[in-house]
Amino acid sequence: MNDHSAFHPQLDKRRRYGTLIAGLLFAATMLGLLVLATLIVDVVTTGSGWLSKQFLTGYPTARPETSGIWPAIVGSLYLMLVVAATTVPLGVGTALYLEEYADEGGLKRMIQLNITNLAGVPSVVYGILGLGVFVYLFDMGSSLLAAGLTLSLLVLPIVVISAQEALRSIPQGVRESAFALGATRSQVIWHHLIPMALPGIMTGVILSLSRAVGETAPLVLVGASLAINFTPAHLLDDFTALPMLVFQWTEEPGASFQELAAAAIIVLMAFLLLMNLSAILLRNYFEDQLTG
Amino acid sequence: MSQPSSDASDASMDLSANLYRSPREQLVKYGLGLCAVLTILTTLGIVGILLYESIGFFSQVSVIDFLTGTDWEFAGADPSFGVLPLVSGTLLITGIAAAVAMPIGLASAIYISEYASPGARRWLKPALEVLAGVPTVVYGFFALTFVSGVIIQGFDSTLPPLNALSAGLVVGIMIIPMVASVSEDAIQAVPKSLAAGAYALGATKFEVVLRVIVPAALSGIIASFILALSRAIGETMIVAIAAGATATLTANPLESIQTMTGFIVQVAKGDIDQGTVSYQSLFAVGLLLYLITLGMNLAANWIIRRYRENY
Repeated sequence: MNDHSAFHPQLDKRRRYGTLIAGLLFAATMLGLLVLATLIVDVVTTGSGWLSKQFLTGYPTARPETSGIWPAIVGSLYLMLVVAATTVPLGVGTALYLEEYADEGGLKRMIQLNITNLAGVPSVVYGILGLGVFVYLFDMGSSLLAAGLTLSLLVLPIVVISAQEALRSIPQGVRESAFALGATRSQVIWHHLIPMALPGIMTGVILSLSRAVGETAPLVLVGASLAINFTPAHLLDDFTALPMLVFQWTEEPGASFQELAAAAIIVLMAFLLLMNLSAILLRNYFEDQLTG
Repeated sequence: MSQPSSDASDASMDLSANLYRSPREQLVKYGLGLCAVLTILTTLGIVGILLYESIGFFSQVSVIDFLTGTDWEFAGADPSFGVLPLVSGTLLITGIAAAVAMPIGLASAIYISEYASPGARRWLKPALEVLAGVPTVVYGFFALTFVSGVIIQGFDSTLPPLNALSAGLVVGIMIIPMVASVSEDAIQAVPKSLAAGAYALGATKFEVVLRVIVPAALSGIIASFILALSRAIGETMIVAIAAGATATLTANPLESIQTMTGFIVQVAKGDIDQGTVSYQSLFAVGLLLYLITLGMNLAANWIIRRYRENY
């Protein structure tokens, strides 16, 4: 008589169990976002009281009440200029070579594997490279240029990989029709591939710049100044940057310096938000142009 | 019948010239090739500078003493360079981070790829990516002032403000997106027919996920763990700010410790004379850090490549 009940599907129980697990998975996903929200609320409530015109346009001093971050804002902007000026030609050039010229084979595989590995090298190791090569070997000192070049090498893999993806997404027919009309490879690249890949390339560049502007460890390694009361006048000048001030003020004893650090973080995060927003807007604009 | 070729033999329309091999084309090709070679030079530069200074270091400190010594005292009259306290500090941070990031990251990947509606997925994925975009110095501030200052000190105000736990927890939060995105790629790559087969046999959704999809994506998930742990080992600012600066051989997460990366920052912050053993120890620790992370990244990428061939 028991034969027909030898198999118990117990579907209700299994489904209830599944619902419970789904809830747990959802909770775990939300946990990460909850921490992010806590971080933002913590920083804003701690630091917003210190945001003032004096804070944005003043110079760092020993007293929190009179301290400002102007040299750090200028320094971070200059760093971004150096990074953009070097990574755009180098990164796009590398991607073009790998996608449009290199034969499938040993050299291409080696460069590709190398780029993947470079993307995983800790930023502090790039700092050591900058210290040994740019600061000492090339005798640039702890300058804007040395730090900028170090950050450029750090974010170069990001630019290369995003430019490669942009080039790969262009249909092969675009190249073939241009070749069929007699265009040379460099003409195809200049007149067709670069314009079509531009949104992807620019998104990658902006993302790499937002990575570079938040990096701290490489700056510490090349010896960026903590508090200076001037803005850099040329590429070989000393400089400071927003993350350096955040680092210094966080480590300073006393609550008011930590509030100052939070205020500097608000400025830094606003910077990053602006850049990521412009990356999204740029991409949407270009996509409308291409499809419309 | 006139020959078309004789009409076209106008000097300004020399179609026989091979533009493809013109000097200009060659210049563009080799110019771009040079850019690509620069990425190799970067690697050579990293390895070269680490080896060059490390050789100077190891001419004064034996490799065995360095790798097996339990006392790290880089400054002072009688320095001692046993790297194990720094390695144990790094492992402690990485262990705590792994305990946070592996379950939460994997759960997020499963939820986003298998449970979330397409609409929810569109905002959940970028929202999680924001976690990876927060500068690490900001995480350091958060670890020190909030996780340690408010939460841990809230439990017991006698605990040291600089400790491995607060730094490790926040490093774990930072690497969640890395686990989630690589695991999700692996889960998405599992053929839909496998899940459909299991459903046809009467499995519930959770059983399909646990017994079919996760095992099929396991190698990709493991690769995501390795990549994320390698990121945790190399993470610098969070530990430099929140974990402390005392190289102690301990497994107690509530103690102040120092990691390999934290040590490098500590040396770089102070003005240490170039050429001294203390200065060179920075490069020896850097070399060890580079080799460990490189090995883990190579292993993870090898697993990802192999796994892609399977489907």
